[in-house]
Amino acid sequence: MSFLLFQISFAGYFLAMAAYLVFFISQKKPVRRIARMIFFGAAICHTLNIIARYVEAGHTPITSQHEAISFFAWAVAWSYLSFRWRYTVKNFGTFVSMMVFVLMLFSSLASRQIMPLVPALQSWWLPVHASISLVADGFLALACIGSIMYLLQEREIKKKRFGLFYSRLPSLDSLDKLNQHCLSVGFPLLTLGIITGSLWAKQAWGSYWHWDPKETWSLITWFLYAAVVHQRFTVGWRGRRVAVLTIIAFVAVLFTLWGVTFLLKGVHTYAT
Amino acid sequence: MPRDTIVLLGVNHKTTPLAVREKLALTGGYEEPLAALGRLDAIREYYLLSTCNRVEVLFTCRDVREARRQVLDLLFAGSASREEMRNYIYQYEDQEAINHLFLVASSLDSMIVGEAQILGQLKDAFRHASSLKTSGLVLNKLLHKSFSVAKRVRTETRIGANAVSISYAAVELGRKIFGNLDDKRVLLVGAGEMAELAAEHLVGQGVSEVVVANRTLERAVRLARRFDGRAVGLDELVEQLKYVDIIISSTGASDLILWKKDVQSVMRERRNQPLFFIDIAVPRDLDPEINELDNVYLYDIDDLKHVVEMNKSERDREAVKARRIVEEETLKFTQWLENIELTPTIIELRRMADEICRKELAKTLGRLDNLSARERKSIEKMAAAITSRMLHHPLRYLKSDNPCADRRDKVNTVRTLFCLDNGNGNGEKQ
Repeated sequence: MSFLLFQISFAGYFLAMAAYLVFFISQKKPVRRIARMIFFGAAICHTLNIIARYVEAGHTPITSQHEAISFFAWAVAWSYLSFRWRYTVKNFGTFVSMMVFVLMLFSSLASRQIMPLVPALQSWWLPVHASISLVADGFLALACIGSIMYLLQEREIKKKRFGLFYSRLPSLDSLDKLNQHCLSVGFPLLTLGIITGSLWAKQAWGSYWHWDPKETWSLITWFLYAAVVHQRFTVGWRGRRVAVLTIIAFVAVLFTLWGVTFLLKGVHTYAT
Repeated sequence: MPRDTIVLLGVNHKTTPLAVREKLALTGGYEEPLAALGRLDAIREYYLLSTCNRVEVLFTCRDVREARRQVLDLLFAGSASREEMRNYIYQYEDQEAINHLFLVASSLDSMIVGEAQILGQLKDAFRHASSLKTSGLVLNKLLHKSFSVAKRVRTETRIGANAVSISYAAVELGRKIFGNLDDKRVLLVGAGEMAELAAEHLVGQGVSEVVVANRTLERAVRLARRFDGRAVGLDELVEQLKYVDIIISSTGASDLILWKKDVQSVMRERRNQPLFFIDIAVPRDLDPEINELDNVYLYDIDDLKHVVEMNKSERDREAVKARRIVEEETLKFTQWLENIELTPTIIELRRMADEICRKELAKTLGRLDNLSARERKSIEKMAAAITSRMLHHPLRYLKSDNPCADRRDKVNTVRTLFCLDNGNGNGEKQ
């Protein structure tokens, strides 16, 4: 059941991405409406998929690679939708749908087997810590996408060579604001994720901080984002520099999520 | 009974020099000339459009020459000579008039093709005409159609999407950098004409303040007053960079007046708020390396020209598409016109047949008195069937869409054959 829903939403995201790309090239408004509807539908199916998986597994489906990436994609999709509800950024959907699709692709390649929960993870901290962290990552992903769009647009304006993006992407100012909004939601959530993780660690392993690779890397990530937020706030850093730093910080997020699991072993490595 | 002819008379920026256009422009609003047109007996429905680039009057009439004479005498006799009128005023009829109106509405006939203002002006002019009830069935339909054609052109082509003049290009770039120009400030360095034009555009887009810096303060003050802004000396330039967002430079200086390090020094104090420099001076005023700074964008006159050129070629491609839409809609409208032209003939034909049928029935039934009600019914039915059978082919001939036969000819043929004009059908045109 849950797998069927997963497949439907996967296909939905793919179609939404295709429609968004058609819109991006052709700029025909009806196509965008279709794309939005498909994307929204896919996000709903995806939500149902996670609920169904929760019922099947008997615990929050956020522990295996498949589940975690899928949840990550879900967080990106819904943070985008929650965002759109408040204000729109021209052609943002095109980039977001691509990102969601790629994440779903990775998720579908990982093993879908439901693993029994190891004793260390059997706690109500699991849904709290993991979901807060992944939703934070969702907003940080949006910030990263916004920054990529910023760099594309800035490059064309600066080099005075107007190609595919100049007319299709929004103004530099609105992309910069997008970055700021996403970070102002993502960064507090990231902080909260680390705090809940540390509280859980105290409860499960007896001390707040272990310096296990995942913890170390999330701290590095946190410092990177803290630097962006701090510089923006105090000396008014903006534009290119902030965009570049945001992208670097997001690479650190991805590394914390996967690189650590595959390259460096630690207490956070569970189902493999 | 042929339909009235639709006639459009006018002058625009393409055919007529400004000096003549000025004289013809209706400066006193629409009410008065519309009311005056109402007193003419040669025209039926009418409407007027007057903008800074064109004056056009559109009307329907029977006798085109007489109507033209009356209308021109009324509107322009006091302001232009007959000679000027003959030379400059263009005249379109029917399909051409419709086509022209659609082109105007879709901004294909504008000085800046694709600008959106004309549609508003057109709607405003139509509002005046319709509130004074000077437009009737045909013009109402025609003008409403022109609005929807304009909308179609706007949504199906990208004609309005591109800037086509230097100052438009500057405004558009400003939008791409700042998003919203509402709370932005402009600094004019040097009081040249080009800078003034660009500033005018930016003010039209809602920038909040204009500051003018000039070598001679006197000219700066004069220009600043025009924009409700303030004037500063040229030596305060760097200081002013802290407060403004867009800088348009056009001094006659032979050397650079602003260097990269000057701009760099204010960025921290500006908290890295973007700066957009437009250098339209030749030789250039601003150090080209300024563009290398983060959050600072510098465009010189060649860069802007490049933007304009690029937009122009795309716009020309879009204009071809737009013209096709206008052609298509013109044809559709002409068809509608022909159909309303057809309707009276069809009605008359039917009425005539019914009349004959009724008369003959009365005659015949009057002579046969011992008929049952059922038999009377059958006879009536038969008579009706015969007439409608007889009319079937003529009607089909009228309505058919045969491209070889002109609809007016067909109407004429049918009317002559059935004597619908009681023998005086020679007053018709064509």
